[in-house]
Amino acid sequence: MSEKCYIARSSRIAARMMGDEMMIMLAPDSTLFTLNEVASVIFNAADGTTPLEVIVAERVCAEFDVELEAALKDAEQVVKELAGHGVLLVSDEPIPQPLAFAQVAR
Amino acid sequence: MATLTTASAAADVVIEIGGLPIRLSTDDPAFVEMLKERYAGFVTFGTNAQIEFDVLLAPAASMMGHGEIRVERESGQWSMGRGDFEADWNPRTARGIIRQSANPYSLNSVLRIVHTLLLAEQGGFLVHASSAVRNGRAFLFAGVSGAGKTTMARLAPPDATLLTDEISYVRREEDGYYAYGTPFAGDLGRLGENMRAPLAALYLLTKGTENKTDPLGAAEASRALLENILCFAHDSEVVRSVFAAACDFVCRVPTRRLTFVPDARVWEMIA
Repeated sequence: MSEKCYIARSSRIAARMMGDEMMIMLAPDSTLFTLNEVASVIFNAADGTTPLEVIVAERVCAEFDVELEAALKDAEQVVKELAGHGVLLVSDEPIPQPLAFAQVAR
Repeated sequence: MATLTTASAAADVVIEIGGLPIRLSTDDPAFVEMLKERYAGFVTFGTNAQIEFDVLLAPAASMMGHGEIRVERESGQWSMGRGDFEADWNPRTARGIIRQSANPYSLNSVLRIVHTLLLAEQGGFLVHASSAVRNGRAFLFAGVSGAGKTTMARLAPPDATLLTDEISYVRREEDGYYAYGTPFAGDLGRLGENMRAPLAALYLLTKGTENKTDPLGAAEASRALLENILCFAHDSEVVRSVFAAACDFVCRVPTRRLTFVPDARVWEMIA
């Protein structure tokens, strides 16, 4: 994965923080995902303009006791999986934030 | 396809489920009589229906077969079908057409679909759950087939009023959530009472070696509820509404895991 990796939440999902888990449902087929606290931090920070490395360094490593290199490796795997399901958009350039997400995430 | 007969409204019936009256008009009085018997307790008279369907009856041979239910929206109009029925419904005009043979089962499916679409707009849902009213409050018992929905209904004490043993009707109203009785019966083969009561709790059923209840976290509760909500439409707007409805519900209505033996003592915990 490129060092300059930008991630954004898809507009084709509904998401809600329930307790300490992020619940995500794919709108087209009702597939349901849950993210743990660490993955939720990445998902919440996926604004399309902050590089993944910065998210991991400033958010994940700051909130959880984990080394940057290991956290980044895990984060790239999570992002790859979520992108594969259509939950996240991934690009090597900043991604305009979809307007639809603001309407469904509370 | 066989030629469809034209509904000239020789007969009609209004079926009110969840406080929503739907008029069904057809040219076959015998079919209407069958519906009145099938939906006894949910048939209303002198009521202005909120939705009207013309039911066009075709010979059985042309409408037989079962398969996956299709529910699609195009230009604001819903189209739904299966091997045994086709239906269109325009929410703006509150009118629709159902094409099916003269059986109550196809119509039952159409009614369920229409109610799920209407409820989704209002923060409610149909859910695979039995439900009953006790001491003026409603309790839901949700689970997949075999989890014990009908068993809980069968074990209900005399002071409990059955709303359904199969498909529960949940509406969000100004002062909270309400459960309504439905004619959507399961193995018990008995229609629910046509009444409503404020929802006290949702129990997710598990059979075990003792009777007990355990709290559920919000994520687990919403996940389990979503697994049991009826959602026929692969429509982004509807899916989002159902998702929001489930999340809102578990934040406001106590939701617990109910493990039961099963025997009638389980109801000692439900009050």
